[in-house]
Amino acid sequence: MRDTRTNRILFQIGAILFALIVTTLVLSLAGAQPFAAYKYIMLGAVGSWDVVSNVLVSWVPLLLATSGLLVTFTVGLWNIGIEGQITLGAIFTTWAMRLLQDSGWNPSLILVIAVLAGMLGGTLWALLAGALKTFGGVNEIFGGLGLNFVATALNIWLIFGPWKRPGVASMSGTLPFDRSLWMPIAAGSSRLTPATLVIAIVGIIAVYATIEGTYFGLKLKAVGRNPKSAYILGIPTWQHMMASFAICGVFAGLAGAVQVTAVYHRLIPSISSGYGYLGLMVAMLVGYKASLAAPVALFFAALNVGSIQLPIILKLDSSLAGVLQGTLVLFVILGQGVRTKLLKKTKVSS
Amino acid sequence: MQVELRGITKCFGALRANDNISFTVPPSTIEGILGENGAGKSTLMKILSGFYSPDSGDILLDGEKVKIDTPADAILQGIGMLHQDPLDFPPLKVIDDFILGEKGGLLPNRKRASKEFKELSARFDFSIDPESYVDTLTVGERQQLEILRLLWLGARVLILDEPTTGISLPQKEKLFATLKKLAAEGMTILFVSHKLEDVEALCSRATVLRQGKLIGTMELPFATKALVEMMFGKEMPQESKTQLKMGMNVLNAKHIDLDGVRIQIKGVDLQVHAGEVIGLAGMEGSGQTLFLSACAGLSQPVGGSFCLDEEEKDMTGQTYHEFRKKGVAYLPAARLEQALIPGLSLTEHFILSEGMRGFFIDRKKAEDLAKSRIALYNIKGRPDSTVESLSGGNQQRALLALMRDPLKLILVEHPTRGLDVESTIYIWGKLKERCANGTAIVFISSDLDEILKYSDRVLVFFAGRVTPPLNASSLNVERLGRLIGGKDWDMLETEAAHA
Repeated sequence: MRDTRTNRILFQIGAILFALIVTTLVLSLAGAQPFAAYKYIMLGAVGSWDVVSNVLVSWVPLLLATSGLLVTFTVGLWNIGIEGQITLGAIFTTWAMRLLQDSGWNPSLILVIAVLAGMLGGTLWALLAGALKTFGGVNEIFGGLGLNFVATALNIWLIFGPWKRPGVASMSGTLPFDRSLWMPIAAGSSRLTPATLVIAIVGIIAVYATIEGTYFGLKLKAVGRNPKSAYILGIPTWQHMMASFAICGVFAGLAGAVQVTAVYHRLIPSISSGYGYLGLMVAMLVGYKASLAAPVALFFAALNVGSIQLPIILKLDSSLAGVLQGTLVLFVILGQGVRTKLLKKTKVSS
Repeated sequence: MQVELRGITKCFGALRANDNISFTVPPSTIEGILGENGAGKSTLMKILSGFYSPDSGDILLDGEKVKIDTPADAILQGIGMLHQDPLDFPPLKVIDDFILGEKGGLLPNRKRASKEFKELSARFDFSIDPESYVDTLTVGERQQLEILRLLWLGARVLILDEPTTGISLPQKEKLFATLKKLAAEGMTILFVSHKLEDVEALCSRATVLRQGKLIGTMELPFATKALVEMMFGKEMPQESKTQLKMGMNVLNAKHIDLDGVRIQIKGVDLQVHAGEVIGLAGMEGSGQTLFLSACAGLSQPVGGSFCLDEEEKDMTGQTYHEFRKKGVAYLPAARLEQALIPGLSLTEHFILSEGMRGFFIDRKKAEDLAKSRIALYNIKGRPDSTVESLSGGNQQRALLALMRDPLKLILVEHPTRGLDVESTIYIWGKLKERCANGTAIVFISSDLDEILKYSDRVLVFFAGRVTPPLNASSLNVERLGRLIGGKDWDMLETEAAHA
């Protein structure tokens, strides 16, 4: 087999087909009608302006998380701690809002400060994982996983302890902020906030430009592909790793801030909504290429939102979206693996 | 057991690592397998012990053809190999490591194994506690454990790959005594080494490989001169070198002590002068790489100091990047692993090494730079070629092209290893150009001709010992070969005392 563009695309299409087949099988086993399910997912994602705006609401934090992860993947790091970084972003944002909500300041100013605080929270948590790796020799996957649990525990403690609702603490989170402290919502939509959409789009463009066009991005790539050689070429390696952790932390913190200021308007126990892990899947699916991140993240967001309808209409669990997303990632990566093996075989025999 | 190899051939790509090798080792023999690095010793032993399958050829044990596909097959046939770095399990207990290779039922019989371990230990006068952990043992004890394990599994042929590296003298004596005892009991032993003195002290026969071919077998008593000649080839006439006048001090290494993983170096003194070429000779793993990397700040000495320039700026303890700023460049031998970045293009490499200013990459400027360097260094590749798509010779040219100007000192590991003649000449031409402009070069090579041809002075490394700088004009292949094999070192000390 030759390494051509055509067969690369064929393998991708094959992966999507296999993912659909497996999902269809799962649906049939569950006794559901697969095609009805797909139809309702589609309708649930693009059927009306309201659901489309819901897709965009879900797209923003997912794209932010993916953008950050692209930076850490470029430098060769598996920043699995992004979930905790999103949570810390949300906690810092809530903290800033709680401090300032009765100050009488301009609400826009409070929102800006709260978002900046969220970025700071995410960055600090990411730098902690980075410091553990650089100075403590703790693999970023283990460090990140540990910090995720700490972040969740901290979040729960705040919700049920110091920041609990007046009266009785509740799983539904802290007391919602005053409407004046919500991110401004677009006219004609119930939830879409244009400001966060702009942030996410500017973010992914900035990441793309940095990785593809700047010296800094090239150095990240060099360190990611071969830290030993990069060091011999004069590139400070651990400093670049720390920088990429910090950048990913900024994006994760932003995602957390968006969840608090634009989606839930309060701190809830599962504030990260799994966007960190989903972002990891998107980044893997696009082969760590920033140019494809936005559309694929949009597709994932659409699947998530579209499948919300399933329990109501077909009495199916909405986690079907997760099955489809998971099998898709597995088959695409499997396809890449098989392809590489076939290419190697051709090389040897030729 | 009699071991016979018939026409063993093994190729890796274009390289013929073993080329039609045939020889027979009678039972009760300790056979030395000699040869320089890359001669094909390890490949041959790995074929015999089932790690590789030969492309063609047969293995016969006691006259019968056997098929050995895996190391497990080999041990079933009675062939056990002791690897240079013991293949054991440091986190396990000695007794668990011991019984791991045994084919057995669901539950291991520790009690019986422990008893047999102690009996075997006692036979060879080893004292290893079966309940201790493998990582608390010395390298010598780990070898002993491996030998016991292989014997217990029924080995009747024992292959040892460079077993005397990294063990103490008493341990070496014990090892030799053990091996002699085993041979007397009918065991066949293949002893791979580059240390002539070890082979002379232990072996009853010696077989020499060179460039994948069997050169010959010698019975006792060994003629050292002939062995060296078999290992390294015939003397090549040397072209006379123009005597260089001493330039200024570039690097002053004062009494450097180094601690490697398996090797210690004590008290190396070396002054490198501008425009000079210094060759570091020795078998791989004798300490050259450790010393060279310390000269660039890539590893840190435990004693002594490094000073750069005639101003004697103390650089001890500084990182490579500090050395680099002062005009030192390091070129590792593993080009794709340690020097170049697979997946990135030539242009991207030039951008990285130039340390360009600004935020966004100036693509046009970068490509022009790449084009001019590619032309200047005659690299067969395009600016957008990835480095792994280049041939070895062109990768090495790219490495040279990546070096900045001006440089005071270039440190190179194996500058022409694996390259064809044309590339070799080209690379040295470029390096010599740098010398003419006052850059000093220190290089490692296992090719004696290369050392003698290009060096002004030579340091020989042997098991962590280092000669004082020797004038290349006072050396020839034989003398250098003997020094590399650990011979004549006493003479050297006497010479130094007289000087």
